[in-house]
Amino acid sequence: MQVNEYKPLIVAFCCNWCSYAGADLAGNNRLAYPADVKIIRVPCSCRVNPMFILRAFQRGADGVIICGCHPGDCHYTSGNYYTRRRMALLFSMLDYLGIERERTRLEWVSAAEGAKFAATMNDFVEKVTALGENKRLEDLRCKR
Amino acid sequence: MQKITRDVLVNKAVSLLEAGEVKAVLGWGKGEFSYDVTPTVFESADELRENFVWNDFCGANFSKYLVSKTRKIQGKILVFLKPCDTYSFNQLLTEHRFDREKVYAVGVPCEGMADIAKVKALAGDGISAIDFTDAGLVVTTLYDDEPKTITYADALAERCVNCKSKKHVAYDELLGESGEVLESARFDEVEKIEAMTADERFAFWQGELSRCIRCNACRDVCPACTCEKCVFDNPNSGAENKAPATSFEEQMFHIIRAFHVAGRCTDCGECSRVCPQNIPLHLLNRKFIRDIDNFYGEYQAGAEVGSRAPLVDYNLDDLEASDVFDRRDTE
Amino acid sequence: MQRIGVFVCWCGSNIAGTVDVHTVAEALKSEPGVVFSTDYQYMCSQAGQDIIKNAIKEHNLTGIVVCSCSPRMHEATFRKTAAAAGINPYMVEIANIREQCSWVHKDMQTGTEKAIILGKAAVAKVNLNTPLTPGESPVTKRALVIGGGIAGIQTALDIADAGFPVDIVETKPTIGGKMAQLDKTFPTLDCAACILTPKMVDVAQNENIRIFSYSEVQEIKGFVGNFDVTIKKRARFVKEEICTGCGACVEKCPMKKIPNEFNLGMDNRHAIYIPFAQAVPKVATIDPNACNMLKKGKCGICSKVCSAGAIDYTQKDEFISEKYGAIVVATGFNPISMEKFDEYAYSQSKDVITSLEFERLTNAAGPTAGKLLRPSDLKHPHTIVFVQCVGSRCAACAEKGKEYCSKICCMYTAKHAMLVRDKYPDTEVYVFYIDVRTPGKNFDEFYRRAVEEYGVKYVKGMVGKVTPEGDKLKVQASDLIANKQLHIDADLVVLAAAIEPDKSARPLATMLTASMDTNDFFTEAHPKLRPVESPTAGVFLSGACQGPKDIPETVSQASAAASKVIGLLVKDKLTGNPCVASPNELMCNGCSTCERVCPYGAITYEDKEFMMPDRSKAIRRVAQVNPAVCQGCGACTVACMSGAMDLRGFMGSQIIAEVDAICK
Repeated sequence: MQVNEYKPLIVAFCCNWCSYAGADLAGNNRLAYPADVKIIRVPCSCRVNPMFILRAFQRGADGVIICGCHPGDCHYTSGNYYTRRRMALLFSMLDYLGIERERTRLEWVSAAEGAKFAATMNDFVEKVTALGENKRLEDLRCKR
Repeated sequence: MQKITRDVLVNKAVSLLEAGEVKAVLGWGKGEFSYDVTPTVFESADELRENFVWNDFCGANFSKYLVSKTRKIQGKILVFLKPCDTYSFNQLLTEHRFDREKVYAVGVPCEGMADIAKVKALAGDGISAIDFTDAGLVVTTLYDDEPKTITYADALAERCVNCKSKKHVAYDELLGESGEVLESARFDEVEKIEAMTADERFAFWQGELSRCIRCNACRDVCPACTCEKCVFDNPNSGAENKAPATSFEEQMFHIIRAFHVAGRCTDCGECSRVCPQNIPLHLLNRKFIRDIDNFYGEYQAGAEVGSRAPLVDYNLDDLEASDVFDRRDTE
Repeated sequence: MQRIGVFVCWCGSNIAGTVDVHTVAEALKSEPGVVFSTDYQYMCSQAGQDIIKNAIKEHNLTGIVVCSCSPRMHEATFRKTAAAAGINPYMVEIANIREQCSWVHKDMQTGTEKAIILGKAAVAKVNLNTPLTPGESPVTKRALVIGGGIAGIQTALDIADAGFPVDIVETKPTIGGKMAQLDKTFPTLDCAACILTPKMVDVAQNENIRIFSYSEVQEIKGFVGNFDVTIKKRARFVKEEICTGCGACVEKCPMKKIPNEFNLGMDNRHAIYIPFAQAVPKVATIDPNACNMLKKGKCGICSKVCSAGAIDYTQKDEFISEKYGAIVVATGFNPISMEKFDEYAYSQSKDVITSLEFERLTNAAGPTAGKLLRPSDLKHPHTIVFVQCVGSRCAACAEKGKEYCSKICCMYTAKHAMLVRDKYPDTEVYVFYIDVRTPGKNFDEFYRRAVEEYGVKYVKGMVGKVTPEGDKLKVQASDLIANKQLHIDADLVVLAAAIEPDKSARPLATMLTASMDTNDFFTEAHPKLRPVESPTAGVFLSGACQGPKDIPETVSQASAAASKVIGLLVKDKLTGNPCVASPNELMCNGCSTCERVCPYGAITYEDKEFMMPDRSKAIRRVAQVNPAVCQGCGACTVACMSGAMDLRGFMGSQIIAEVDAICK
């Protein structure tokens, strides 16, 4: 067993109605993805405050992914549309500050898309692993 | 140099104050130095005649003061607003932050304000007097025998070089004339940063933000930051955390602040004006403004009262978060 | 400080096969607040639940964490368990270590490590949980139906049949709506009046139904179960309860050149009028813009001839306030204006008409007594051109038309064409179409009959221009299949105008805080699963106000809406979801940002007096959330800059605690 193998820490915010159920379906179908992914259940993707994302990064997360219902399928009709705007702007800002853009992602995963959930997580973990540890958000204010 | 004179402003304020139409006047007052103009509440004609200032250092935007002053002062308040201030004024009205009935807004034209940092860079420290002449700012310092003349163009603040509008979008009465919305090059700097590599961008912002001393001046002056209690002062918000340099607050303050004002920021530039560390904070806000314009159609906060800010709106076919980057890469 | 119990489930080998449950239970013992931790084979079993109940009592637990399957499986079970043992059901959190851990990870070490972290996150959250109680609100057992067309009629009848009082508000002097104007109905060709008017009579005779005709909704306040509505009953200058509808006044009225709305202006009515013979209520109405008595104080003939003494020239608008538990919107549709469609010469020639006008022309009670005569010279037309999709499916002409398909035109045009050919076999009938869309029971068969049995000439292609020339209409069109230009000398051109929501819908939506799409159709709470409910609780949708619909669809939706209303009105009290937004008034800016993102209209504002930090007093505008209306999505919590708005059960501090626990 490799002792020093780098394991990223991934926080996934999943909407209760679609993506969290999609993750459950991935489990029902035994579709594996890395254990680095830790899911936090939220009622709707629009409950995800950019502060939660930055907090996760600050506490050592290497990647943060937000999953919600597909546009048009929001349990609350419009929540994911707000999420889409908020995250588009936030991600663009993080990129502007020089934070690697692969560390953040917004995906639409329905309750029927267990396979998509697993594939998305596998892909995300792979991309974040390739980047390595998240230093920049922690270091933004401290010039070395 | 400002075209409209101090006398016109003072006379207007005095006449309304003496007629009892307003109870107080929110305007620029004398500070310690001639360039050090202080926002002041005037309650008598004598105070106005004595202490009111109108010159090229009257950059302060008073819109925000209306939130607290309209609550405290019984009766109407006269407020002087430059064109860019009127946008903040409207934005605050959109957000119901003060009672319009309690304000008498007087629009004043603005020829652009001077940046004291630029003046000091050209004239040196130890400024003892500044005279405003047709030729420019005549600056006397403690160390030079001869005063130096600096043209207004050389002294013009960055936000005024890139002035977005000379048009007053709100007022009860206008002194002088209102101008037009202008084409400006205000996004050029943003584009320059966008064109950098990620490493360069990171280095740039690390260089800028590492100077932050968390004095909160940018927040305290910002007309979009009028929260009754700021999340950064609230122990239960999860964002509050004073002191240690590794804490969340210290690092994320500027991102969260920019996000909180995104779609509401009128680009008045007060944050950069007051930053004692000269961090170009407006470049964060302008990034959001530019993205909003590009992604969701042009939007100027405060252009009209009651408009729906882009972050509380959506279209069914808005671009996806992942397309933000694809779009830029193919540009 | 909480006293938390942790219960780790093996789920047989489902969890225990990949997660070392003893290690998890042990590891979580040292988490803050945890005073008890154990594991068991099947926590959801009776024995497992007893372990939880006993531990709650024995260790005085204030909160519990169950590490088990997905909360979507057994959260409700464990909440009940907790409640049975005397603690608030919302003091329970589930760590999902089966679907999201043991089932997707293969080796014991990673599975166990992850399960511990998920357990820690749940413990961190429970530490901040507070007991929650669902709010209750009473239900007023009365429904309001806005719109008295076939949609409103059907909804009202169904609700009334279930025993609840219903009020119908209709802007016109009579109920009946568009269907009352139609001649025959597809695909069965039974006459609209024959099937509609008995229903109108049923409405009039139903003890549970009140009709407010010639009325409109003025104001709506309140929320699900408790709406306060003000209805403006416009003055009709006739005492409704006395008028017998004999029509003597109408006969004698000297002002008889008023364009008749019911026949779309193709003939005239009097200043005092009854829209049509079977109107409900069958009472006369005086048009104040046409009546000489009301305008100039001269005349008064109707008053003299009315033996019942029902005429009252001094009548004023009346305002009625009533409470309702549910509101059904059935405001229907109208054909769009043809004024901008110059290419079809609608404004230039009387013989270019819309399909609805055609309905009146063929209706036995219409201006021509059912004889197909063209409006200009009342001659029998020999060549008729029907143009489909006028203003529908028109993405390029958004300024005058609509992007969507109006859905009903293909079928009614087939009906019109068929009826013409049936009654007047000497008439040539052309139908120009983009596509013929006939999904529906017996619809395609109907259309095929028009083509195959009745010889209607269907041409795929659009009409480019209609030019009046002499007594003919020169129709220039393209035949896309034959790939040639056609020139037809027509006597009558019928335009299948797109339909749009009634203009009253937009202000009504604002009053209801119900959402609309860009075309002003009401939005449903879920496009597939909740098609007859508006996102605003207690507001239901019936008929074409939600989207273009034919009669059978309208009636099914009307009954569906009624069943939803009945389901609401049978309840004595509404129990809410306690996981709703709640504002901290001290931090609220009153900025309306949260209100703008709320899809349910759950947020309102109030001016309240507060003590400011300097001890002065100030009136501030602060947000109020109606827990009966809020559904708990949390959109407002992120829109709120100051963080004044929080979501119970998913508080910012709770989610941050989870983040911290995971990232530690």
